[in-house]
Amino acid sequence: MANEDIAWVARYESILESVRFTTSTFRDQHRIIVASGDLLSTLGLLKSQAGMDMLIDITAVDWLEREGAVDRFEVVYCLLNTETSERLVVLTYLNEPDLKLPTATGLWKAADWLEREVYDMFGIIFEGHPNFKRLLLPEGFASFPLRKDYPVQGRGERHNFPVITRAKS
Amino acid sequence: MPLELLAPATEDESLREGLWTLNFGPQHPATHTTLRLVLKLDGELVLDAEPDIGFLHSGFEKLAEVLDFNQYVTIVDRMNYISPMANEIAWHHAVEKLIGIELTPRSKYLRTIFAELMRIHDHLLCVGTCILDLGGATAFLYFFNERERIYEICERASGQRFHTSYTRVGGLLYDVTEDWIRMVSEFINRFEQTYNDVNHLVLKNRIFVERTEGVGVLSKDDAISGGATGPVARASGVVRDLRRDEPYLVYDELDFDVICSNGGDCFSRFQVRMLEMVESIKIIRQALEKLPSGPIFAEGTGKESLPNKKEVYQSIEGLIHHFETIMPNRQMPVPLESMYAATESPNGELGYYLVSDGSFKSYRARTRPPSLVHFALFPQMIRGCMLSDVVAVLGSLNIIAAELDR
Repeated sequence: MANEDIAWVARYESILESVRFTTSTFRDQHRIIVASGDLLSTLGLLKSQAGMDMLIDITAVDWLEREGAVDRFEVVYCLLNTETSERLVVLTYLNEPDLKLPTATGLWKAADWLEREVYDMFGIIFEGHPNFKRLLLPEGFASFPLRKDYPVQGRGERHNFPVITRAKS
Repeated sequence: MPLELLAPATEDESLREGLWTLNFGPQHPATHTTLRLVLKLDGELVLDAEPDIGFLHSGFEKLAEVLDFNQYVTIVDRMNYISPMANEIAWHHAVEKLIGIELTPRSKYLRTIFAELMRIHDHLLCVGTCILDLGGATAFLYFFNERERIYEICERASGQRFHTSYTRVGGLLYDVTEDWIRMVSEFINRFEQTYNDVNHLVLKNRIFVERTEGVGVLSKDDAISGGATGPVARASGVVRDLRRDEPYLVYDELDFDVICSNGGDCFSRFQVRMLEMVESIKIIRQALEKLPSGPIFAEGTGKESLPNKKEVYQSIEGLIHHFETIMPNRQMPVPLESMYAATESPNGELGYYLVSDGSFKSYRARTRPPSLVHFALFPQMIRGCMLSDVVAVLGSLNIIAAELDR
């Protein structure tokens, strides 16, 4: 581990004193991995103590097809400090049937639509979200298309939609 | 101008008299793309707006899992189709950062020139169509004339006007010619003239100023908390530009200013966009002067020494040589990692979160679209404005539905 990486880990260990976490680094990207129960307190500390004032992105990865993967879903939070341009990726893991995370809308307004999109595509539920429903796909759509067990060619799209005849419309 | 709400929203709004609901879109000339707004109105005063999106959702991110890093560039083209090459540059920037490829100097300079041309391309359309929506067609036509020149520049370089698919992992599809350089320098020389002509029609047009000043205000705190980036954030006083703060390509070697404003209203956003075009011209001029010669493909990509086409088409050895360099099983190894990388696209921070499975395609490729994050800010910006301000605010955010829904 390079010197600056050691300094980086030490800095975050002092900020996230009360949280158990592991770190990893790839090129210039630092990652913090926490348990899903500690997620909200970690994000809160990062916002207040580490100056991560902007939430850039929330997304998820389905590890179903990865050999040797232990957990099914990885939820990714990309954070940014607008003053210092420091970036940080926070990862947490979820497994079926307990696909629930606390919402981050209380910390960043940007989380609103981003969390709805993650639900739309992966079926991960964000508890406490003020307006929790699908974002891109129609209400009543049964599947979560970015999961790896959903085929690329789709399934059930056409017959899911009601047929409106000219007389009815 | 936004008005103070006459009365705070009562608990049961359905009981108040005079409230009505208006469906704006999905097909409406002023949305320009397919998106729907459900507006709750008190007379002409907008009390609330609920965006309904997803009409253009076409599963781009799912397609990224079956197409390889070079093939997917044809799809990212179609996200923000107002500035297609900016998406391509952002996509291959992320891929190259994941694989660890350092571009050749010529490639970097050419991509910088294209990125800035695309910024002009995008801002011209954004400002032009909004003026059209607010009732002025003249500036719009001037702007579209200039956009046509940029299309011609793209066509000369890549063979395609619109969906150029010009970048490749570690380089570019073709090298540019002397002719292309002449076209770009002609464009930047005549652009200043057009800009000066049109500037009076835009920023000094009294009707335009009155329709946009003080409308759709976004405060600095809301911009940061809402994740706003690019011109939208800079118009609200967030001094941030990835080109300066996290330089990529050759932006650290070029001299340019980051345009900011404190207003936070629609007018500031148009002002920032207009002035950014001048900075882009400055960047292109410097980059053209410094444009180095040399190869366009980086070492180790397997494409740095493609045999020339005459050899490929006329001899079997040349064809075998070409085949050996181009086939997928000759492609470079990719580390088993994940990476977020972003560029400053005309609309804001356009990033890709890439997860690799070791092969030459992504296991997951998440697009971080600026349009989506900006459109989420729309309801809070429009509350308390008039119905006619909806098009001004919508235009100033530059929502591109293909990027919004992917």
